[in-house]
Amino acid sequence: MKHKSFLFISCDEAKHICDKAQYHEATSWETFKLKLRYVWCRITRAYVNKNIKLTETIKKANVSCLNQSEKQVLRKKLQNQLKNQQ
Amino acid sequence: MPKHTINPNQWIDLYSDYLFNFTISRVNDREKAKDLVQDTFFAGLKSMKNFKGEASERTWLISILKRKIIDHYRKINSNKGKAEVHVEFNTEDDEGSWLEKRVADTDYRTAEDEIVNNELGDAIYDCLSKLPEKQATVFRMKTIEGLETETICNDLNITASNLWVIIHRARTSMAACMEKNWF
Repeated sequence: MKHKSFLFISCDEAKHICDKAQYHEATSWETFKLKLRYVWCRITRAYVNKNIKLTETIKKANVSCLNQSEKQVLRKKLQNQLKNQQ
Repeated sequence: MPKHTINPNQWIDLYSDYLFNFTISRVNDREKAKDLVQDTFFAGLKSMKNFKGEASERTWLISILKRKIIDHYRKINSNKGKAEVHVEFNTEDDEGSWLEKRVADTDYRTAEDEIVNNELGDAIYDCLSKLPEKQATVFRMKTIEGLETETICNDLNITASNLWVIIHRARTSMAACMEKNWF
């Protein structure tokens, strides 16, 4: 990702900052640069809006999942069960 | 020839999250949900021979899970109807009198909210299952489990910039899929 200048960022960088912002990992300076580009770039605006919508939807759904270690335990149990059955 | 085939070796990767989310939204207990998903897979293994291939594997597993959830509620049925009661002892005005009050459910949601939420969860997992495995794993760990970037990078042995590229691709695909199926 190439930096256009100190203040103005590329579309790709704007998307990258927007992704980080969804997880509260963008710095204030990055957020400022993103907002600046948001004002005049139609593509950035569309991406930001879609990204925010996705974040809000997932938050609203309150989905849960098994973590990696829980899956590993379940995988082992299933494989053992499968072996016993064969 | 059957339309669908069965492959238990892929069950965890393909269906565990979907089944877990389906269960936890109905039993509200993480440990119980894990047990029910495990029981479902075991029951699926036992009755593999009965799989005719007319429905998809996931539909078949869901039908087993639904029966497991019903059985779970039947088992705990004896506890049903017990109202949660708080008993307070008021020491100021009514010394010696016991007050009993029903406690409002602070997480109260209407049945309609629940249905919409369950359907939304299903739609999210549908879209997630269409992502390449690595994208789905990273997206799930970062977005649903809420893990730190560093933790995911260490677990999956990837760099932070690699993680953000994967997240970007996953988010783009997820947004497009949700746009098509939900929004």
